[in-house]
Amino acid sequence: MRKEIRRGWDETHFGKMGSYYINRTFFFDVHPPLGKMLIGLAGHLSGYDGTFLFQKPGDEYEHHSYLGMRGFCAFLGALLIPFAYLTVLELSQSLPAALLTAALLTFDTGCLTLSQYILLDPILMFFIMAAMLSMVKYNSCANRPFSAPWWLWLSLTGVNLAGALGVKFVGLFIILQVGWNTVSDLWHLFGDLSLSMITHMSGIRQIMPHMPSTLHWLGLQVTVGKHLTARILCLIVLPLALYTATYAVHFMVLNKSGPGDGFFSSAFQARLSGNNLHNASIPEHLAYGSVITVKSARMAVGYLHSHRHLYPEGIGARQQQVTTYLHKDYNNLWIIKKHNTNSDPLDPSLPVEFVRHGDVIRLEHKETSRNLHSHYHEAPLTRKHYQVTGYGINGTGDSNDFWRIEVVNRKFGNRIKVLRSRIRLIHLVTGCVLGSSGKVLPKWGWEQLEVTCTPYLKETLNSIWNVEDHINPKLPNISLDVLQPSFPEIMLEAHMVMIRGNNGLKPKGNEFTSKPWHWPINYQGLRFSGINDTDFRVYLLGNPVVWWLNLLSIALYLLSGSIFAVALQRGARLPAEVEGLSQVLLQGGGQLLLGWMMHYFPFFLMGRILYFHHYFPAMLFSSMLTGLLWDILLRLCAWSLASFSLAGHVHTLGILSLLLGIAYSFYLFHPLAYGMVGPLAQDPRSPMAGLRWLESWDF
Amino acid sequence: MAYQIVWELGFSHCAAVGAALLILIENALITQSRLMLLESALIFFNLLAVLSYLKFSNSQKHGPFSPSWWFWLVLTGVACACAVGIKYVGVFTYLLVLGVAAVHAWHLIGDQTLSNVRVLCHLLARAVALLVIPVLVYLLFFYVHLLLLCRSGPHDQIMSSAFQASLEGGLARITQGQPLEVAYGSQVTLKNAFGQPVPCWLHSHQSTYPVIYENGRGSSHQQQVTCYPFKDVNNWWIVKDPGRHQLVVNNPPRPVRHGDIVQLVHGMTTRLLNTHDVAAPLSPHSQEVSCYIDYNVSMPAQNLWRLDIVNRESDTDVWKTILSEVRFVHVNTSAILKLSGAPLPDWGFRQLEVVGEQLSRGYHGSTVWSVEEHRYGRSQEQKERELELHSPTQTDVSRNLSFMARFSELQWRLLTVRSDDSEHKYSSTPLDWVMLDTSIAYWLHPRTSAQIHLLGNIVIWASASLATLVYALLFIWYLFRRRRRVCDLPEDCWLRWALAGALCAGGWAVNYVPFFMMEKTLFLYHYLPALTFQILLLPVVLEHISDHLCRYGALAATPPWGYGSRGVLNGDSSVMQMGLGSQARLCRGSEDEANEGCRERKVADVHGRWGRPFGPGERQEQREGEGNMGRDPEQPVVRGRTAWCMAEINQEAL
Repeated sequence: MRKEIRRGWDETHFGKMGSYYINRTFFFDVHPPLGKMLIGLAGHLSGYDGTFLFQKPGDEYEHHSYLGMRGFCAFLGALLIPFAYLTVLELSQSLPAALLTAALLTFDTGCLTLSQYILLDPILMFFIMAAMLSMVKYNSCANRPFSAPWWLWLSLTGVNLAGALGVKFVGLFIILQVGWNTVSDLWHLFGDLSLSMITHMSGIRQIMPHMPSTLHWLGLQVTVGKHLTARILCLIVLPLALYTATYAVHFMVLNKSGPGDGFFSSAFQARLSGNNLHNASIPEHLAYGSVITVKSARMAVGYLHSHRHLYPEGIGARQQQVTTYLHKDYNNLWIIKKHNTNSDPLDPSLPVEFVRHGDVIRLEHKETSRNLHSHYHEAPLTRKHYQVTGYGINGTGDSNDFWRIEVVNRKFGNRIKVLRSRIRLIHLVTGCVLGSSGKVLPKWGWEQLEVTCTPYLKETLNSIWNVEDHINPKLPNISLDVLQPSFPEIMLEAHMVMIRGNNGLKPKGNEFTSKPWHWPINYQGLRFSGINDTDFRVYLLGNPVVWWLNLLSIALYLLSGSIFAVALQRGARLPAEVEGLSQVLLQGGGQLLLGWMMHYFPFFLMGRILYFHHYFPAMLFSSMLTGLLWDILLRLCAWSLASFSLAGHVHTLGILSLLLGIAYSFYLFHPLAYGMVGPLAQDPRSPMAGLRWLESWDF
Repeated sequence: MAYQIVWELGFSHCAAVGAALLILIENALITQSRLMLLESALIFFNLLAVLSYLKFSNSQKHGPFSPSWWFWLVLTGVACACAVGIKYVGVFTYLLVLGVAAVHAWHLIGDQTLSNVRVLCHLLARAVALLVIPVLVYLLFFYVHLLLLCRSGPHDQIMSSAFQASLEGGLARITQGQPLEVAYGSQVTLKNAFGQPVPCWLHSHQSTYPVIYENGRGSSHQQQVTCYPFKDVNNWWIVKDPGRHQLVVNNPPRPVRHGDIVQLVHGMTTRLLNTHDVAAPLSPHSQEVSCYIDYNVSMPAQNLWRLDIVNRESDTDVWKTILSEVRFVHVNTSAILKLSGAPLPDWGFRQLEVVGEQLSRGYHGSTVWSVEEHRYGRSQEQKERELELHSPTQTDVSRNLSFMARFSELQWRLLTVRSDDSEHKYSSTPLDWVMLDTSIAYWLHPRTSAQIHLLGNIVIWASASLATLVYALLFIWYLFRRRRRVCDLPEDCWLRWALAGALCAGGWAVNYVPFFMMEKTLFLYHYLPALTFQILLLPVVLEHISDHLCRYGALAATPPWGYGSRGVLNGDSSVMQMGLGSQARLCRGSEDEANEGCRERKVADVHGRWGRPFGPGERQEQREGEGNMGRDPEQPVVRGRTAWCMAEINQEAL
């Protein structure tokens, strides 16, 4: 950790976000806050002051104390190994299997690389594995329900689930797995006819000795009900409470205005000190001549925006672009003018004239003096809508600049309130409604969002706007502290914004992206730092021996598992020893396989941009499966060779050679994680020469 | 078919007629069937697949491997392939049928009365009919499709050069008779394999890059290299051996192989393709690609490219026209020639930007080029060569792609082609469909306003949705009660009920739920396949309610053998259990429980595994009995089952 004093790759993000917590400035990220809060906390405790800028990968840390944050992540990453060890030990009751698993993870270069930087992944994997371990532990306490360890492991499962979900939404998969386990568990309890009798009848009978006929059902319901309640409490209520609590802390800590403001609604921003809506006092009713910003009611769309750049040729008329933009900017300011006069409404001799619902207005862009304009040209991305442009010179345009302003659900003639009125702008000539499609414009539009005029008058949030900033020197300012949203509203909004943010992370143009099928075969790694010969390079790539063994093991597991399942279904009588092994294989291995599938297959359905490191939670499960499987296979081998004298050693030898092979492969590949200098691997002089087993590895 | 399906599911004529009637009077299905649209055919094959599977599964009991058994089994596979071959949503019904077949096969494996060989035969027959035959039939569709559509047409551009060359007319007319192997001195046009945003060819022209771009960055001011989406004489390049000066093909031609170092000479300007460490105009992280002009500044020519044939079979493969997909790797900087796809500003005539990219992150279409037009260069002099370049390439023999290659390419395009997710006046979301909150105007007469409007029958839609809900609730209720060994339904009746649900409610779910995850424009007609299955559920649920639930109330007061008494019985037995059982159980331990489990399983085996306990013959008898005595056909079995329940209870009590 100390050796590499530059920052690698995503440390740019998460280190920076840790700094935000220390500085208490509000920011926006697509992941839930817990992971970054923990990083921030670790930094704070270890004396990091939040002043490092984290601008681009490769910057040197200089005097900043970054070791606390890195150490924290590395510590959690290191804990994965004991967790995996204990989980496999609990599932298989076999020390060699657990040892093999631990060795697989210890000697995996990928896990090592991922854990030595300030990243969310070690934290996420820590919670996932902890949840898995506590679930397995509480399963094995099933014969002593409601005992102290049972409660402990059950509630720990809940705590870790909250942690996993609080770090990244990928934590949802482990929740699904625990949920599945719980449902099948309850299903067994429910079907266990003896349960109501043995465990609880005695107690109930003492209380109600006279009502024997109702006792059966009552007893059943009490017992199953008690089990159900315990699980609801520990696995639903507790995690939800903790998850909510992380958000409460998040919002409490981040109380200063920062770079994430614009992603959120006006009401939300009023909470942040330093934001111009905080304790704001602004004129309440819109009047002609007011300077305003207009914000879309749809979350994470932003402000109506224009700038001096024109739409490129071939895309509608070559007029000034109108977009929505998430950040605050002078180009978001618009002036409300009357449609038919160009006199300055701020002239002190004229009386104040309020804008009313149903008025026909003109919106002039303050910086460029062009009017908001629409016409029968198709919009740049949404072809069936009309294009919206900035048009005219110094406020003089044509009749296509006229918009009727309407307040949703109001009568004609009412005044329009700042922030609270939900308004629609209807184009007078074409009858279409100003809206944002939420699509990202290409580079010519600076990747801002498209604004269109939609001819379909559907009731959607896309076409609803509210006025946020409002400047009018002729009107008295009124304090607007009533805006404070309630905590559930903030939660909901934060989630909507995060989900939209996640969906927005689409691969652009011809970018090379990592595909889920690349991952288990270790097809391609990820450069963490350094590109050229002379750089100190770290390359995220799994230890190929471990990963390919994992891949082989999954295939072997499916094969052997189905052989056993079919044999059992055919009613074959297996010897006691094999019977026991097959139980471990089908039940313990089944859980691990389910974990692998849950953490892998959903990525095939995701539209967002994917990276290699998304596979690592699944890889943990697949390593545990490998450990468990090879132990069982070798035991079966030893058992079937029992007639030979050396049979007893087959198992020991097999495990030992696997362990040694894995350790040797780590010796070969360790420079990937610990860093290497020198020529690239295709050069025979490179330290990694001969280890570029796949063309696609570029270290 | 609706009638037959409900009948085969084991429900009465009355319910079957009801199902048929409901399908008959569903407005949406009628509207859809009147027009030339794919949905009717899709629904037909969906239903056919389910029906033939049911027929097959019902003939399992008395005549496995009989002709009719084979017929229905194979028909299931063929119908599934047809459904998938009409629209890809048909795949959901296919998966459903496969799922049900897998569950049945799993039970079959557990049936210990069958010998191992017989089980294997059963499984093989199913695998062949439900997996192999559908694939073959599906391939057959494409074979016929490609056989019929052998001429060039409006959508050629979507496909690769090799595919286009296999069509009569079109590209084939140009490329016929071209030499196959690219040699030193060959004149070629290079088409990018990515085809996005538009298919285009590597291009250069006299204009140079502007010295300073709009954003203030500088360029090399050398000749522009772009990708141009139209045929043009400036698309011609000559493959040159770096070691020689000549630009004509030797006799015999020396073919270019994978790994060879080549130079590419632009035909009209005789400048060499070059890239260097200058930022590209629109993608500053990549290198600029230019045709080198020697300005006598300290910027040397870097014009050597290593040929990398992506789809090679061996490392000595020859570069072939059309067939080879090649990458050009720059020797000095190891950058790869790539289409960035960004349109250049006015100075670049809005052609597409071409760059050299350092990172070689795997295969991507935008780095891959193929030779489309090709001829051996004959003229050494520039003037003659220009004339030669302007002349069209000659024609004769055709070159054919194998069927599988054409199939896989077409299939890949079908699956990956993305239509613009456009909003449509009548587009809707899956939630709108259930509530019938949307419609589609198919046709409107401009003067008389006569119209055809796709709109469902609201009564049917609402009651079918209600039936699904009732089914789900009842199913869960029964499931929970069965888990506590409370037998509301006789075993066979339960299996029938479950199978009907799996096919009808399941058919609805698999044809409906996936739409929530689709990103394309959706319309009301997408719901019709799901609706058809949902409608089938309605009579099933109604009959079940009238047969079981209504009777349940009526018979509740009758003595032990009736339907309703079982709950009471169980209650009583539990009293006994508590009185006697608790100590007894403690002594007997777990062995007894294991026995009980066994018995449970065996009884389940004896009572029809196939969702219906009777063969048709038996059923006939039952029905006659029903006619004579006005009794419920299932009652004898019910009695048997009840008696068994009692037996179990008594034994437990002991």
